[in-house]
Amino acid sequence: MATVTITVNGKKRSATVEDRTLLVNFLRENAGLTGTHVGCDTSQCGACVVHVDGKAVKSCTMLAAQADGAEVVTIEGLAQGGELHPVQAAFHEHHGLQCGFCTPGMIMAATDMINRYGAKLDEATIRKELDGNICRCTGYHNIVKAIKAAADAMAGTAQAAE
Amino acid sequence: MGVDGIGARVKRKEDRRFITGKGRYTDDMTAPGMGFAAFVRSPHAHAKVKSIDASAALDMPGVEAVLTGEQLVGDGVGNLICGWMIHSKDGTPMKMGAWRALEPEIVRHVGQAVAVVVADTLAQARDAAEAVVVDYEELPAVVDAVAALEPGAPQIHPEAENNLIYDWEIGDEAAVNAAFDSAKHVTSMEISNNRLVPNAMEPRAALADYDEAEEHYTLWTTSQNPHVARLVLSAFYNIAPEHKLRVIAPDVGGGFGSKIYVYPEEMVCLWASKRTGRPVKWVADRTEAFLTDAHGRDHKSHAEIALDENNRITALRVKTVANLGAYMSLFSSSVPTYLYATLLSGQYDIPAIHCNVKTVYTNTTPVDAYRGAGRPEATFLVERIMETTAREIGMDPAEFRRKNFITEFPHQTPVIMCYDSGDYNASLDAAMKAADYANFGARKAEAASRGKLRGIGMSCYIEACGIAPSQAVGSLGAGVGLWESAEVRVNPVGTIEVLTGSHSHGQGHETTFAQLVADRFGVGTDTVQIVHGDTDKVQFGMGTYGSRSGAVGMSAVVKALDKVEAKAKKLAAHLMEASEGDIVVEGGEFKVAGTDKSTPFFQLALAAYTAHNMPEGMEPGLKEGAFYDPTNFTFPAGTYICEVEVDPDTGKTEIVSFVAADDFGKIINPMIVEGQVHGGLTQGIGQALLENAAYDESGQLITASYMDYCMPRADDVPSFNLMTTETICPGNPLGMKGCGEAGAIGSPPAVINAITDAIGNNELEMPATPERVWRALQAAQPAQAAE
Amino acid sequence: MYETNYHRPKTLADAAALLAKSDEVKLLAGGQTLLPTMKQRLAAPTDVIDLRHIDDLKGITESGSGGVRIGAAVTHAEVAGSETVRRLIPALASLAGEIGDPHVRHMGTIGGSIANNDPAADYPGALVGLNATVTTNKREMSADDFFTGLFETALEPDEIVTAVTFPAPEKAAYAKYPNPASRYSMAGVFAARLADGSIRVAVTGAGQGGVFRVSEMEQALSSNWSPDAIAGVKVAAGDMLSDIHGSADYRANLVSVMAKRAVAAAG
Repeated sequence: MATVTITVNGKKRSATVEDRTLLVNFLRENAGLTGTHVGCDTSQCGACVVHVDGKAVKSCTMLAAQADGAEVVTIEGLAQGGELHPVQAAFHEHHGLQCGFCTPGMIMAATDMINRYGAKLDEATIRKELDGNICRCTGYHNIVKAIKAAADAMAGTAQAAE
Repeated sequence: MGVDGIGARVKRKEDRRFITGKGRYTDDMTAPGMGFAAFVRSPHAHAKVKSIDASAALDMPGVEAVLTGEQLVGDGVGNLICGWMIHSKDGTPMKMGAWRALEPEIVRHVGQAVAVVVADTLAQARDAAEAVVVDYEELPAVVDAVAALEPGAPQIHPEAENNLIYDWEIGDEAAVNAAFDSAKHVTSMEISNNRLVPNAMEPRAALADYDEAEEHYTLWTTSQNPHVARLVLSAFYNIAPEHKLRVIAPDVGGGFGSKIYVYPEEMVCLWASKRTGRPVKWVADRTEAFLTDAHGRDHKSHAEIALDENNRITALRVKTVANLGAYMSLFSSSVPTYLYATLLSGQYDIPAIHCNVKTVYTNTTPVDAYRGAGRPEATFLVERIMETTAREIGMDPAEFRRKNFITEFPHQTPVIMCYDSGDYNASLDAAMKAADYANFGARKAEAASRGKLRGIGMSCYIEACGIAPSQAVGSLGAGVGLWESAEVRVNPVGTIEVLTGSHSHGQGHETTFAQLVADRFGVGTDTVQIVHGDTDKVQFGMGTYGSRSGAVGMSAVVKALDKVEAKAKKLAAHLMEASEGDIVVEGGEFKVAGTDKSTPFFQLALAAYTAHNMPEGMEPGLKEGAFYDPTNFTFPAGTYICEVEVDPDTGKTEIVSFVAADDFGKIINPMIVEGQVHGGLTQGIGQALLENAAYDESGQLITASYMDYCMPRADDVPSFNLMTTETICPGNPLGMKGCGEAGAIGSPPAVINAITDAIGNNELEMPATPERVWRALQAAQPAQAAE
Repeated sequence: MYETNYHRPKTLADAAALLAKSDEVKLLAGGQTLLPTMKQRLAAPTDVIDLRHIDDLKGITESGSGGVRIGAAVTHAEVAGSETVRRLIPALASLAGEIGDPHVRHMGTIGGSIANNDPAADYPGALVGLNATVTTNKREMSADDFFTGLFETALEPDEIVTAVTFPAPEKAAYAKYPNPASRYSMAGVFAARLADGSIRVAVTGAGQGGVFRVSEMEQALSSNWSPDAIAGVKVAAGDMLSDIHGSADYRANLVSVMAKRAVAAAG
């Protein structure tokens, strides 16, 4: 058993768990944050993507113990004070989701990719960057649109702030 | 039309919970004292279960119970059934083999469950499941349906001799044979339709909770149709009478058909909950989903088409062998028959059609409806042979299709369906214009200068949705009626709840159904709540599949709204001392036409509930229910044009343009309809290029994870160019045809027609993997070199 | 996954001591291969040793000879994004940027990848193609000596990869044909002309024995560095992997095609 303390969405969460406990299980079962989903067993679907120390990772492919001491942001931690994150808002605006199951992972992947590319994101790059996220409902068309719109909006906001 | 009314691109009401991580899926549910189930599954495709030794597993930490098929059968849990009776052409009923939720005697596909472990944690349950020792005696297995029909093939069910489930036919064979005898041209070809795995991103799951004091069960589960699940669990599987069984399908992460059926695992969780006295939860991992979710397609067909001297089609003759897997899933029998052969006329005026279908048991996962269900198989066959025929006779594929289009409606096909409305030239014209079909030659030449092979292909699909008139499906063997129900409850303060038997698992009903109400009463969609997916809250309903929620589910809502409006108008007339015929509803108010008298909607609602001043004989309240039974199928149709570039060195296909022109009749929310088409197209493109459920000869599924089963990713598909044409469906009050499956139905032949055009070789099976395309190119090259 | 014991040593010596305890102990670098394997119960280590907190295994530095030294625990994303790597060996940065997907690249490490020596992994191609040197806690060895076969390396049971040093080539490129499902390599060819003028063509993803060099191509390119020079060179299909995604014949073809593309891309 391992005692694991992870700062999740700014709040310290501690639990004693089996060493084999995956980060996704810690988040869902110990932290009670069920927005992070599990859609496969082979680290491909990306429904479980969260940010660990600022980087998008698959929480199904990381032990909770590996994340001991880390800062984790999940889908629940993205909106601030009831205000949707621009990526969340763009998914809504552009109908970038249907059943919603892949959506948390998609949004966390999208924010990570925008963090890295900013306004340089074009359609081809977005599609390539989504290699680690599978959606069965949307055909990706509106997800790509939403991410592009969010990247542009965030770049605009950043520029305005300068 | 109001801002939120019919035809408006209303943003989805349900989005907020999903984008903030607050969706509530079955795996998110917990119950006090909950145990976790892990199934012990057969590693063999066909084997005798000689013994099951659970003693070691029972001694492991946290293990509550290990339950087997013997106990299940002993407790009187019923066999799984197929609910649609099909008779062979000789009049004999289909041969249904016994299917137990836990198999005590003979396992018939890899992954079939023989026992279940319930433990305190999932990890403990899985550890213990591995410690259950099952002694199998392997039997020879067969996975290919054609091979399974051969003499001497392994016999899978004693009920079905030679593994034949039924040998069914439709159409006038003599007329078809006569047409072929006098044909001026005949095209014939072998066409196979690859087996697919639905792969909703949320794996199936169940949480079953038995309350001993009340003798009552609650089941949270991933279902597209919770009432049908309850009916089947109650009436056939003997779990509990309906009033003692509540089925809740909360947020469900996609279905595509795979969550229509009641599966062994859900049944076992209910039974195990009673057995163990604690709630039992099971969540499929992805490999379990691959092994046990009903698969789709898997047809092998021989098709022939006959033309007269004017290149008009005179007949179509089809023989199909359909693989139904190891057991008959809930609606499996209807898919390769009434959902398939009845669509073989396509968009074309074909005087005579005959189709023979043999369905076959094999040692594979059961096959049932997957997005499109039968119609993609029919469309692929028709549109591949249309394209091939056009090439053989040297006619432009578009012109050949146009020449044979049905242009007058209603049109009775020789295979049951009566098409009610359509304009096939309109969608073909729209698609060709958008695809710039006329200038394809220049693009092909430009691609050639870059070393790429460019091809163009089309598909003029038709499908039948809105399933379906209950009497009609009953006469065809269905065990249920296919109507839908709705209840519209106006609350005393004027907010409105719509209870629908349809179930939303991505389709956006919470928005589109609310738009109907907004449109009717001029209220905002934010004052409307759609309630679905809970048998304790919602009246009996039939659920969501077959693109029916619009044409059937919404029609039921319209009927209920009609009743509410009629009563409200009566009450308004009474309150405003006007004639009922003068009452109009506008902008959220009931008005007396031609006067300035009006009553806001909420006041009228309150008046209905205070009941202080009602017309003589009127009951208090404002709540009405309705059942809608469709009068016909609906017939969405359209033209898809796909343009590809093939890399001749690797065989890799890139879709460079995809145009979809659909006629869905009336559209409630174009944004949502477009989303449905995007998703359908991608699944169809996945079938055409990437996806294949492949078995080896011993019956192992060799594509049982995303490492090997190739799901379409974002960089496998292009952005799509969508448009609609509109002919109103005369069969339902909204004029809707349905849009959920069209993309998956129409796109595969467009893709394959484009690739075969590009590579100059028509012999190409789905999925057209790079290697297959590369090989087809190698095969085509000698011919090209000789030119 | 079977239960295991997680360890987080701070020093290489501590990690080596833990590793030496038994055969059932495994090193956990990025975990992007080991954890999925454990989840499928195909691996059952009693203990896993997290290498991500050992400073000695971190960092990308310019090596003395104008090449690049990459610590074993450096992630694919760090290599792909490294200014140093992009300047000195752009082909290596772009190879790292094509491994798996962005999330996997945030966790997966070069040390983990080469120690596992999956025949479909990308890095072995770069190591052999660039004649890299693998440093462990015990010794140094050439990439040619390091990779010994399918999932096999020259590593001793208690040996830990600490860094990989790549000489900067005169020119190099990697052309990868990804498996459409898993996105691993089905045929990846790393072609390089090294500073000493020697030519290397290393193939990953296609061969039955893991990464291999194509000497015929190397010879042809020695006299004429152009795609045409190797157009006629075919690898033997009999030595190629074969599965549902590509038969041996098809993979052999891909090797030729990717080799030409790599040479063309290297310029």
